[in-house]
Amino acid sequence: MLYSVLLLVMLGVFSALILYFVSKKFYVYEDPLIEKVEEVLPAANCAGCGFPGCKAFAESLVNTPDISALFCPVGGNDTMKAVADILGKEVTEKAPTVAVVRCQGACDVRPKTSEFQGPLSCSISTLLYGGETDCEYGCLGMGECVDACDFDAMFMDDKTGLPVVITDKCTSCGACVKACPKDIIEMRPKKKRDLKIFVSCMNQDKGGIARKACSVACIGCNKCFDICPKDAITMENMLAYIDPDLCTLCRKCVPICPTDSILETNFPPPKVKKEDAKKPVKKVKKVAKETSDDLETSKVKPIVKKEPKTATEKVEAMVESVTLEKTENNA
Amino acid sequence: MLKTFPKGGVHPPENKITATKSIQRLPVPKTVHVPVAQHIGAPAQIIVERKEKVVIGQVIAKSGGFVSSNIHSPVAGVVTKIDKIIDSSGYKKDCIVIRVDVKDESNFVDEVFPIKDKIVQSPEEIVQIIADYGIVGLGGATFPLHVKLALKPDQKIDCLLINGVECEPYLTADHRLMLEKTEEIVIGIKILLKAFGIHKAIIGIENNKKDAIKALKEICKNEPDIQIATLKVKYPQGGEKQLIRAILGREVPVGGLPLNVGVVVHNVGTVFAVYDAVQNNRPLTERVVTVTGKSLENSGNFWVKIGTPISDLIAAVGALPEDTRKIINGGPMMGKAIKNTNVPVTKGTSGILLISEKEASRKEVQNCIRCATCVSVCPMGLEPHLLMSLTEKTMFEQAASEDIMTCIECGSCSYVCPSNRPLLDQIRLGKMVVKKLDLLKN
Amino acid sequence: MSIQKNIISASPHVHSGKASKTVMYDVVIALIPAFLVSIYVFGIPALITTAVAVISCLLFEYGIQRFIMKTSTSITDGSALITGLLLAFNLPSSIPLWMIVIGSLVAIGVAKLSFGGLGFNIFNPAIVGRVFLLVSFPVQMTSWPSATPGAFPLTDAVSGATPLGIVKEGLMYGETMSALATKIPTNIELFLGSTGGSLGEMSVLALLLGGVYLLIRKVISWHIPVAMLGSMALFSGAFWLYDPTMYASPMFHVLAGGAVLGAFFMATDMVTSPMTTKAMLVFAAMIGIITMVIRMFGVYPEGVSFAILIMNAFVPLLNKVLKPKRFGTKITAKFV
Repeated sequence: MLYSVLLLVMLGVFSALILYFVSKKFYVYEDPLIEKVEEVLPAANCAGCGFPGCKAFAESLVNTPDISALFCPVGGNDTMKAVADILGKEVTEKAPTVAVVRCQGACDVRPKTSEFQGPLSCSISTLLYGGETDCEYGCLGMGECVDACDFDAMFMDDKTGLPVVITDKCTSCGACVKACPKDIIEMRPKKKRDLKIFVSCMNQDKGGIARKACSVACIGCNKCFDICPKDAITMENMLAYIDPDLCTLCRKCVPICPTDSILETNFPPPKVKKEDAKKPVKKVKKVAKETSDDLETSKVKPIVKKEPKTATEKVEAMVESVTLEKTENNA
Repeated sequence: MLKTFPKGGVHPPENKITATKSIQRLPVPKTVHVPVAQHIGAPAQIIVERKEKVVIGQVIAKSGGFVSSNIHSPVAGVVTKIDKIIDSSGYKKDCIVIRVDVKDESNFVDEVFPIKDKIVQSPEEIVQIIADYGIVGLGGATFPLHVKLALKPDQKIDCLLINGVECEPYLTADHRLMLEKTEEIVIGIKILLKAFGIHKAIIGIENNKKDAIKALKEICKNEPDIQIATLKVKYPQGGEKQLIRAILGREVPVGGLPLNVGVVVHNVGTVFAVYDAVQNNRPLTERVVTVTGKSLENSGNFWVKIGTPISDLIAAVGALPEDTRKIINGGPMMGKAIKNTNVPVTKGTSGILLISEKEASRKEVQNCIRCATCVSVCPMGLEPHLLMSLTEKTMFEQAASEDIMTCIECGSCSYVCPSNRPLLDQIRLGKMVVKKLDLLKN
Repeated sequence: MSIQKNIISASPHVHSGKASKTVMYDVVIALIPAFLVSIYVFGIPALITTAVAVISCLLFEYGIQRFIMKTSTSITDGSALITGLLLAFNLPSSIPLWMIVIGSLVAIGVAKLSFGGLGFNIFNPAIVGRVFLLVSFPVQMTSWPSATPGAFPLTDAVSGATPLGIVKEGLMYGETMSALATKIPTNIELFLGSTGGSLGEMSVLALLLGGVYLLIRKVISWHIPVAMLGSMALFSGAFWLYDPTMYASPMFHVLAGGAVLGAFFMATDMVTSPMTTKAMLVFAAMIGIITMVIRMFGVYPEGVSFAILIMNAFVPLLNKVLKPKRFGTKITAKFV
């Protein structure tokens, strides 16, 4: 009995000694600041900062003299402030951003003209051709962005076949932006109450071709460009783009867009005429029917008015209520 | 014992339905769509304007750099617009739309040129003609030919290989060309030999084209510089590296070019285009295209003007069969599936293959059973299963160190995989990312 | 123009038509001769043992995939069928049926499905099941019914020992090979198969038939069987030449026990064998050597199963170290 107890104790002491000496012998000096900085970082290891993980980012924060170019998108300004406090260096403040999907080409508005077979991967499809629809700029709907998201902030909508961003989960790490081979996802400033106006289309074709491929495509008609009082809209390659820094959210461009490719999010629902919202639903159905009947000849004429309840907006409406609550609480 | 390359390779069913059909001239289409990016390298720059009249052989787009090529008008007519059209790359590309002038007789004359066997031009002149007349490799890679001819002083070659292998199933364009234009090809080889200043050319032909071998041997009897190598049938013997290994026993080093082992390889179609350009002053505006498919009744080989829509080709062989679900630009192993029949024929189009739903559909992907068949068929000595899983796991650095870039994309691995795994799809993606990240440098 | 949507996919657009299912069922076909011989030699119990092993393997595969993993089931792909057959082939026909069920559970549940199913298992499932039974129930697993060729007994005959067991025991008690020669069957008897032992390892002839079929169908390559049997013969041959009285002949070692069954059917299992030819040769040669070390110096009379399991663990390493020769890494002919 005593013998076995002694043996075990001896073993333990012996191992402890070995461990002690090894740890002394192979001790690597590390700046204690790195650990401190790492503690305030979000530990998401999402690589949104451009470094492989939070540890590497912390090291570079400590070791670079000027850290104004470095930013942790997940932690945002609070984290960077904390880092600045620890290190005593200047950090730049950045407006919080959120990912937006710039494509509305759901199955019913953008008919498929071919069938892709192969691994469900957007980048493999991109290597092959422009995509199953006639719009070679739009979403391929295979969800590589959703796979890339480490924060469960995205999901594929089964009905539309498009990815949806859950804005309050989005940490703006930019993984989806990098994952999308078509560059459809953009990080846009969150602004107040996450109000956003953006052109939800990437199509650079001429109006007719774009319209034929997708009824909610930007046709490059310049109407928004002309109406914008702040010159926030630029037209390039038959595609409008709204500069978020210049945009004052006046919403003038939204109703004027003939194809409804400009989206506004989190604005209070328009009070004007609820009947109007019902009508276009019928029209959409008609379009879908026509397209399935005869792809080539049907000209997608009817203008699809704003459909208020796509999944995107549902989610965003949900998010809106949440953010509203938050802002109230803060106030 | 016939020669072949030692490692890997597969034997897909040959299906050379059109091997006995002589090459016919396709009727001139109403309009042609001539893409400006028909070759590897910089796209050509358009030098014609809307409503401009063009004649056959007129330069309509000028070479956009050293690795680029001129593009000539295949027809006489009027430029109606500069448009974008989906080409075989699957994306919209700039193209010149020319409406054929039905009154212009030059469109419909089928000129017969007498064979000229005297080569009067100097090597420099030959290279210049080839560059001016927009000749590119017609085997499929469409690499501008004058770039291949411009050797640097430290680059020496001792042998010219002529690729008449045509290992792709279904395709017979090169086979028919060798049979019908035998003399022209031999003169074309002599032109190239003169341009390079060497005295050894070997034509590699697979043993399934016995008539072409016989015809070429007959003519080459009195040509000491030109030999014929009969090869065992095995895919992908038409690959440059495999062909050199099979005929000369030399291995092109990893990341190297045939030049590194003193060889240049040209396709028989290219050789004929060289003959046509140098002896007949005709730029490259048409090529032989095999139109084939199991359910096609009148499949055949055709002389087709560059820019002809594929729908015209299909119309020439009867209607599109109802069971067609896949239209392939090229052969079944390396060709590209195309979206619609408006895609124009380009310099790289060697065949149009129509495949029925049963053949075209991919089967359900199953787990890898690690049977190692892909390893044993890979002609480059790679491990496709490993490269695929590394790509799937986005471990691109490791994929680069496993020599992913040496893959020649022959598709043997995907062809044999008993679990129907999309090996080549993923490897291609891996190659693209490795190239983008430039991981090979380290 | 085209009526239906065109299919777009990357090249190649054709497929050889070879499917993993056909590969699996080829193995099953190759096992049939040995199965028939086992029925001929051991009678009805052999049939029952095999049936129980196969059915329980299939049921476990279905049940676990359906109710525990909640994925689609893959019992039709033939891999569980092979596992069941090979497990049965490695058991004595007198074993209690409930043990077979336990062996099947270990083979399918532990060795195969817990790793992720077909293609992901590191160890050969049938061998894991067999070894589990061997270390758990050594008595039942080593009491061999004697062979009664052609008699078709309904119950098991009296038990005897396997040739390897006789040699092992004899040499342990100081007998010489010449004295043992009368007790063990001749090489011809071993080749045709009328000796005691596990179900499937009876007749080398029947196993060779199956093996040749697999070689012709290109399911297996020659590397593993040749290297394994060759290294066994070389290793035992060296000792035999040194002292023929104390060591059995290489011919005996190759023909007796599970060497041929292992070489053609178990070491060649695609999932658990290496993927490059060089690695296959090393893998199989090491199996042969380990088998012989166990047979000659170990406690067990037979060591094929252990040897295969040990080398299975080295497969990832072998795959990593022994790469195929890349094209263009060696200049075969010089260019001047």
